[in-house]
Amino acid sequence: MKRIQTLETRDLAESLRDGGCGECQTSCQSACKTSCGVANQQCEKCGE
Amino acid sequence: MIHAYQMNGYNIILDVFSGSVHVVDDVAYDLIQLYETLPKEEVIARLLEKYAGRADVTRAELEDCLADVEELKAAGKLYAPDAYADRAFDLKNRSTVIKALCLHVAHTCNLTCDYCFASQGKYHGERALMSFEVGKQALDFLIAHSGSRVNLEVDFFGGEPLMNWEVVKQLVAYGRSQEEPCHKKFRFTLTTNGMLVNDEVIDFCNKEMHNVVLSLDGRKEVHDRLRRTVGGKGSYDVIVPRFQEFAARREGKNYYVRGTYTRDNLDFTNDIFHMADLGFTELSMEPVVCAPEDPYALRPEDLPVLFEQYEILAKEMLKRDKEGRGFTFYHYMIDLKAGPCIYKRISGCGSGTEYLAVTPWGDLYPCHQFVGDEAYKMGDVWQGVTNTALRDEFKLCNAYARPDCQDCWARLYCSGGCAANAYHATGSIKGVYEYGCELFRKRMECAIMIQAAKALDKE
Repeated sequence: MKRIQTLETRDLAESLRDGGCGECQTSCQSACKTSCGVANQQCEKCGE
Repeated sequence: MIHAYQMNGYNIILDVFSGSVHVVDDVAYDLIQLYETLPKEEVIARLLEKYAGRADVTRAELEDCLADVEELKAAGKLYAPDAYADRAFDLKNRSTVIKALCLHVAHTCNLTCDYCFASQGKYHGERALMSFEVGKQALDFLIAHSGSRVNLEVDFFGGEPLMNWEVVKQLVAYGRSQEEPCHKKFRFTLTTNGMLVNDEVIDFCNKEMHNVVLSLDGRKEVHDRLRRTVGGKGSYDVIVPRFQEFAARREGKNYYVRGTYTRDNLDFTNDIFHMADLGFTELSMEPVVCAPEDPYALRPEDLPVLFEQYEILAKEMLKRDKEGRGFTFYHYMIDLKAGPCIYKRISGCGSGTEYLAVTPWGDLYPCHQFVGDEAYKMGDVWQGVTNTALRDEFKLCNAYARPDCQDCWARLYCSGGCAANAYHATGSIKGVYEYGCELFRKRMECAIMIQAAKALDKE
């Protein structure tokens, strides 16, 4: 596409089917402890 | 829903519900925003008028661009519908296991940091150390309530956990002894102010701790202003060499040098750069959480300065990365390809459900930030969670449960935000801490811009 470049991203709708294993890290357990989000969490399955 | 923004020379379109990210030129940037609300002919007419002097913006060119947009829409990568709203409460109502504990092994501290949300380690209560028996029971409780979950997280927290070091070591040994028979794997984390770090601590942690969080606020004058000993002496000179040694010997294992910024150092990027210049590469810097009347509390008028700071940080990180001296900033870590699934994005941090805090006496709270608030006591490590109404309230507290989040593009990145911050700001865990939201959205924009810059740089 001439004017649009699409980055490779995880399809969130698709993750309704392949996600939800619950093995990922608890969001607040790493470095923040005060301003939690989930965006910077890693998927445990994807890293296998 | 899309979110369009410009930063560092990039035009970025984020498609909220598919998670897609598009980097576009100025014509497509306008077109994608107009497409949702105007008929095609009107979009073309407006853009022909706006770009009248541009030879590359013709009717044919715009029709090509419209066709591309429609192709992305058909592929579910633009204007994707919200397929999760109807299922959000089901997701959160599913049975959950407990997978992480924050063990408050020491409600006491050897520093008296002014801004400490734990009230110098005491959490507004008595000074106390957790006994091995209480800690062991907490680990048994975690194992018993973790279902089929294999990876269990335990954070040794305080106060200052190294003031109860022998118990920390005993609990690690006990946890390890239970891994094989119980088919579990413990991931231990230690958060420390560094005052008691020595060779033995470093060796033990580098063998046993999945992660260590080392508290440093940045430049000496900034750090020493608020992080002082009981005698009023700054702690920077004591801890920095120890942290440097600690980090150097991690040998690739996780660590974070974590700071807090306040109104006294609104130019906090200089503190992050100072940390990087000290040789640390895994960095985190958090806005202070405190009462609005505290002298160092961040104020509404500080927001533009902070926004600018986050952009400065993002640009400098890209620059240093190219120069081969890059570093990681916790809030800019975002893996677009292997990030969290939609379940995680809706259910959030897990406080009060998957994640609980344990006091030195074995009481359970939804997270470390609720400890000391009796209304939020959930039970104890012997009886388990007895306040099930409170647990259910936390279960239902997600990105779709907060009315204030309904129009926010970032809600699948923050999951509705921190329940403790919401509670302290509004009196309800279903409220939002708007100031924190403003900062979070800015950080996400920066994080995604960095990914866009890196992706395009490779091409």
